[in-house]
Amino acid sequence: MTLVTEPNIPDADSFYAELLAAHEGLGDDESRALNARLVLILANHVGDRAALSEALALAARTGAGGQPPASPRDT
Amino acid sequence: MPYDYKPFPYRRAPGLQAPEPRHDVVIVGAGPIGLALALDLAGRGRRVTVLDDNDVVSVGSRAICWSKRSLEILDRLGVGERCLEKGVTWHAGRTFHRDREIFAFDLLPEAGHKMPAFVNLQQYYVEEFLADAALASPQIDLRFRNRVDVVSVESDHVKIGVETPEGHYALETSYLVACDGARSPVRQMLGLDFAGEHFEERFLIADVEIEADFSSERRFWFEPTFHPGQSALLHKQPDNIYRIDLQLGWDADPEEEKKPENVIPRIERVLGHGDFRLDWVSVYTFQCRRLARFVHGPVIFAGDSAHLVSPFGARGGNGGLDDVAALGWRLAAVLDGRAEPGLLGAYDRERVYGADENILYSARSTRFMTPAPGAERMFRDAVLALAAETGFARPMANSGRLSKPCIYPLDAPDDRRLPAGSRPGAVAPDAPLGAGWLTEELGSEVTLLAIAASPPRTGLRTLQAEAAETLADRYLGDAARALYLIRPDQVVAARWVEATAAEIKAAERALWEEPK
Repeated sequence: MTLVTEPNIPDADSFYAELLAAHEGLGDDESRALNARLVLILANHVGDRAALSEALALAARTGAGGQPPASPRDT
Repeated sequence: MPYDYKPFPYRRAPGLQAPEPRHDVVIVGAGPIGLALALDLAGRGRRVTVLDDNDVVSVGSRAICWSKRSLEILDRLGVGERCLEKGVTWHAGRTFHRDREIFAFDLLPEAGHKMPAFVNLQQYYVEEFLADAALASPQIDLRFRNRVDVVSVESDHVKIGVETPEGHYALETSYLVACDGARSPVRQMLGLDFAGEHFEERFLIADVEIEADFSSERRFWFEPTFHPGQSALLHKQPDNIYRIDLQLGWDADPEEEKKPENVIPRIERVLGHGDFRLDWVSVYTFQCRRLARFVHGPVIFAGDSAHLVSPFGARGGNGGLDDVAALGWRLAAVLDGRAEPGLLGAYDRERVYGADENILYSARSTRFMTPAPGAERMFRDAVLALAAETGFARPMANSGRLSKPCIYPLDAPDDRRLPAGSRPGAVAPDAPLGAGWLTEELGSEVTLLAIAASPPRTGLRTLQAEAAETLADRYLGDAARALYLIRPDQVVAARWVEATAAEIKAAERALWEEPK
């Protein structure tokens, strides 16, 4: 598997805040549109088709109807 | 100047007098595909009868953009130069979002081809040139105002009923090729399923005559200010006629929209003035469909009767001419007794593959241009928003991926040292050859092309060439020499850096055999 799903963002909490800030003040439609642009920008940066396909599959799998994890982990 | 629709001569069919002997091939439909197929078969020594239910060329504004590959096919049939001379040559396209150009592309950035990337020429001209050539051929019996109303398939022939102004008559034929268009009466008479997708969006198309001199590039707009929130397309054609396509939205009323009082203001906004003559208006929706199989015993389908695509990308008429190229030599071989009827299965396999590629690409374009509400619209708008500022988004703006012939997946001798673009299954790329062109020299027969090589004695028609620069680029790459076996439709059948006569002859024999 080529997609990285272990932690890979330095100071992830700070990135998380940056992501939320980007959406601040936007209505639902504007937020969706921003996310769509961000997906395309980041997809192009990643570039690797195998990683992108895995990412799409993971995103689909973890939706509201997705499978629960096999076993609980340490918290 | 509006096109002058001169009717073709009607003649009383012999079958009204007395039963005609069984024909080898009857082609139903004298549109560009039916006429091109008739000329291809006639060039291979076959006699052909073509039946058409009317007596004029295509009325209105239909196929316009003829690809390089189509022009090469038309050239082999003897009408290429007429098309080049009359048509508007182009190779560049420009795409706009609102009032800003976001993307320009060049479809043929390289020199060294006889034919240009595209020629715009109204379908009625292509039909006129093909019909002139067909009428001049003693091999072709072109019957106008002959409408097929009965088709009955027997095990090894087809019985046809034909209605004419002077009564009804019957014909028998070993093969019937249905080139009778999108609504194909033959397909309907046989009750065949024509499955696929119908897109809801409506487009207004208009041919307008203007004195102005726009350059000959294809122009496509997403959401221009002259047509807010919708798409628009402009093509230059001969006779100062410009074709304009305007997206109307799925809830448009075609009858209302076609009215001149509604069309004229729209065109005025596109052009910025009212100085034009409206030559043709219609409203259409697109479909992407195909027959499951194009060969049904002695009945064969080619062109729109077999497959339909949405027009963005110019894959309709061009796809049909690719059918003609793939079919003519095989059907002639079966009629000559050189090959078993099973060889037609190779036409079916190749052109189903070609049709699927055309359908895939044109459906993707249509989805981008007329996205469904929700995710499709969201991502489409994201691409357009990013196109202004980023290099990656611009080529993603899909206003139609323009037609190129597919590369058939052939199981054939190949050598990886040779360039990818001339591999088995690809149309042999053109190149300058001596004072002329490779495509002219290849003609319509199987040819062994030996480049910087001494070909073994195979008994095949052989063309020897020096490794001149463009030919070497396209056919040798890093190799010092090569041997190419090229099919009658100018598709590369097999290639080697070195080969024995036995290897080459085996590959040639395989051309006439039913696919496994």
